[in-house]
Amino acid sequence: MNIEGIISVSYIIATILFILALGGLSNQETARRGNWYGIIGMAIALIATILGVVTHNYVPLFVALLIGGTIGLFAARRVQMTQMPELVAILHSLVGMAAVAVGFANFMDPGRLTHYLGVELTIHDIETYLGILIGAVTFSGSVIAFGKLSGRMSGSPLTLPGRHFLNLALLIAAIWFAYEFVVQSAAGGGMQPLIIMTVIALVFGIHMVMAIGGADMPVVVSMLNSYSGWAASATGFMLGNDLLIVTGALVGSSGAILSYIMCRAMNRKFLAVIAGGFGTGGGTAAAASGEDQGEVVPIDAEETAELLRNAKEVMIIPGYGMAVAQAQHIVYEITKTLRAKGINVRFGIHPVAGRMPGHMNVLLAEAKVPYDIVFEMDEVNEDFPKVDVSVVIGANDIVNPSALTDPDGPIGGMPVLECWKGEVSIVLKRSMATGYAGVQNPLFFLDNTRMLFGDAGDTLDKVFKSL
Amino acid sequence: MRIGVPRELFTGEKRVATTPDVASQLIKMGFDVAVESNAGAAASYSDAAYEAAGCSVSSVDDIWSNSDIVLKVRGPNDEETARLKSGQTLISFLWPAQNPELLEQLTERGVTAMAMDSIPRISRAQKVDALSSMANIAGYRAVVEAAQHFGRFFTGQITAAGKVMPAKVLVIGAGVAGLAAIGAAKSMGAIVRSFDTRPEVKEQIESMDAEFLMLDFEDEDGSGEGGYAKVMSDEFIKAEMALFAEQAKDVDIIITTALIPGRPAPRLITAEMVETMKNGSVIVDLAAEQGGNCELTEPEKVVNHNGVTIIGYTDMPSRLAAQSSQLYATNLRHLLTDLTPGKDGQILVDMEDEVFRGATVCKDGKTTWPPPAPKLSAAPPSKTAVAPAPAPVVEKKRSVAGPIIGMIIAGLALLGLGAVAPASFMAHFTVFVLACFVGYMVIWNVTAALHTPLMSVTNAISSIIIIGALIQISSANEVIKWVAVATVLITSINIAGGFAVTRRMLEMFRR
Repeated sequence: MNIEGIISVSYIIATILFILALGGLSNQETARRGNWYGIIGMAIALIATILGVVTHNYVPLFVALLIGGTIGLFAARRVQMTQMPELVAILHSLVGMAAVAVGFANFMDPGRLTHYLGVELTIHDIETYLGILIGAVTFSGSVIAFGKLSGRMSGSPLTLPGRHFLNLALLIAAIWFAYEFVVQSAAGGGMQPLIIMTVIALVFGIHMVMAIGGADMPVVVSMLNSYSGWAASATGFMLGNDLLIVTGALVGSSGAILSYIMCRAMNRKFLAVIAGGFGTGGGTAAAASGEDQGEVVPIDAEETAELLRNAKEVMIIPGYGMAVAQAQHIVYEITKTLRAKGINVRFGIHPVAGRMPGHMNVLLAEAKVPYDIVFEMDEVNEDFPKVDVSVVIGANDIVNPSALTDPDGPIGGMPVLECWKGEVSIVLKRSMATGYAGVQNPLFFLDNTRMLFGDAGDTLDKVFKSL
Repeated sequence: MRIGVPRELFTGEKRVATTPDVASQLIKMGFDVAVESNAGAAASYSDAAYEAAGCSVSSVDDIWSNSDIVLKVRGPNDEETARLKSGQTLISFLWPAQNPELLEQLTERGVTAMAMDSIPRISRAQKVDALSSMANIAGYRAVVEAAQHFGRFFTGQITAAGKVMPAKVLVIGAGVAGLAAIGAAKSMGAIVRSFDTRPEVKEQIESMDAEFLMLDFEDEDGSGEGGYAKVMSDEFIKAEMALFAEQAKDVDIIITTALIPGRPAPRLITAEMVETMKNGSVIVDLAAEQGGNCELTEPEKVVNHNGVTIIGYTDMPSRLAAQSSQLYATNLRHLLTDLTPGKDGQILVDMEDEVFRGATVCKDGKTTWPPPAPKLSAAPPSKTAVAPAPAPVVEKKRSVAGPIIGMIIAGLALLGLGAVAPASFMAHFTVFVLACFVGYMVIWNVTAALHTPLMSVTNAISSIIIIGALIQISSANEVIKWVAVATVLITSINIAGGFAVTRRMLEMFRR
């Protein structure tokens, strides 16, 4: 029996299933089936490899699979939907770590020197090197992203003096050690430059994510998602395994496209995000223009309820604050009550609301908000003049009119939800603090804006009772 | 504090500044209310009704000398002004721009004067906006006046005695008065058309079930400050006039309400247009006081020109005295409620408040008119938002060359790679490039709502790196073996966790 052939076919099937899994996500109906395709594809790949390639050490293998699987399932069950960005970040770090481990293990295998010769050895070494490099960056970057997203570390960007030069120096060092590594490896050594490079890559990953502000987290998370894919792909090249190459490329391009979508949503250049430091440059400008904006008009829960009751078109604009306050359930209770009264309540979601692509959609879905009343920014932005009441829940920069009026501001040119064109906007906020971009929001001072201060969960509870 | 309401002295003015209903509410707020004898008679509010509401009915001298607050409709005449003394508060229509002498006299006498016509046009102040409430009445009354002089039905009917065509009404200027006129004419059964220079009122007109006459003229928005209209360009006016000339031949009734703040009313209906109108047609010119929208309008008079009746009454609200008194009194009551935060009958004119600041024309011997410009327009602040748009065009031009150069470099790099790389590598590389393209095509179709599940599922499948560990796990080398075991452990966390959490999220997406 041709074991090789059977494994290859299994890998092709797994590849197809993975593509179908991603394709399934094009809409909510097919997404669940898509996930099953992914699971089946993974299972086929695993079974084929275990039966076809593994010859010894079954016991530690299955023990590790069991323990790891249990931890994974447990974490997936326990995690709060609001913690999803952190979970995704920490899972990315595991892929990075795995890529590093596989790379080192592969390098330590003495068989490679007999298996590869000349140019092939050089290419193989470069593949190993790249796999470890990307893996290490992904690993340390994801750990820092996890720290920032879970609030264990400050979300504000760390801007070392001359940080661009530091990055450049690290890059040059990485290239230099690549050369060293290839030369020494051909002679049978090479462990030393490989370890030094790993350290450099880890430092680079840490420094890169440290320099990026909290508002850019959606970009960072999707970028790390992309890196974890490229790491898998590089490992695939190293091992000569097409399944890894294809899967890695799929994940890598997926993450890259997500990063691109997020950057476009914030009207920022990808390089500018990666170069970091966002949220500091605008600080002074905000302080200067923060004065004398006028007065805000506060409102209480009863009046909010009154406004909502008398409206015909209501738009709810959730932001990160809703996630923090865990307010999505009460939001949906209010939505249901209002819809029962014949009021057209819709949700307008900004692409970068929250700390991860699609964050708000997941939260609303958790609260069982039907997805056909949840709209993207572009779908609803033209409707605002018809909207009677917009409820902005814990969002700031994504409803900031200065993005349009002040093209030179820190968020200038970023598309925003134009809620101020509606009749009244009610903004739920804990305080008058600025958003992640550190820009004062003129919306709060508009005459048709009412401020409802307090924790979004508590105040919405009161609003719901008054309804 | 004592509120005094004198009888209006202006000839023909039938309104009164408070009604028995409103007075009783003022009394509840802690005020004493004194009404001059017969003050409400012309508006059908008898002295007895005021007394029943708790007011005292007294003489004109008592009202002026012993009141802290004087409420009026029209501004005071010279005699009345002379009666005012320092410390009193006067609230009425004052038109400070048109009556600079009055403003000067009021300042000299040291009174606090609040002009109901100077209330800023902001949402919060709508309940105090007497101009709007009076305009509403004027619009309604304009239709009633038109009906009075129009020798036909408004509504269409098919009767045994023959078919009656519905009247066609053109309302020019769809402000408060215009919209009220549209509503009244519509409810009488007429076919109503309306025109306004401000495009944002199109919806309001259509919401009243009238037809909005579009001017085929791009890019000019007639909205000025505070939601009022502004002066338009010459070309626009020309196109507008052509439209009116055409409509004049067709419609039976024209109601004009076009006003631009601080300027004479625009001339919209020329004598030639009037001459082309059908015999028996009616024009009601609500802008008569500011000179009239129609060339032939004579203020306060009804004239007949070639069989077309032109009504130039300037006292429409006064012609519905009971109604307008009630609405005006309610506007005043709202203002007084806001002025008495303690509900103790003591007013406090807070000059920090935009509404009071706008209304107060003089205080403590100082003229405080005109107020600083209002901050908000009722129209959307759209124009500034559009401005940054042209910028990307420049970038586009630059970026045409960019991708081409990028592609050439990438192509050369690939060729270089192909020249040195062995066949086995190139096979894998082909797969890699194709996979990137497949990924690119597939991912663009992912709906934005599912971006989080996309990340968690890609995360799960990127754990396919476990294959690498599986290949190594059977190694005889202990270090490699245990590194591989550890890798299996962490990637299996990822596989199970990634798929499970994706599944959990997707379960939640329900229609």
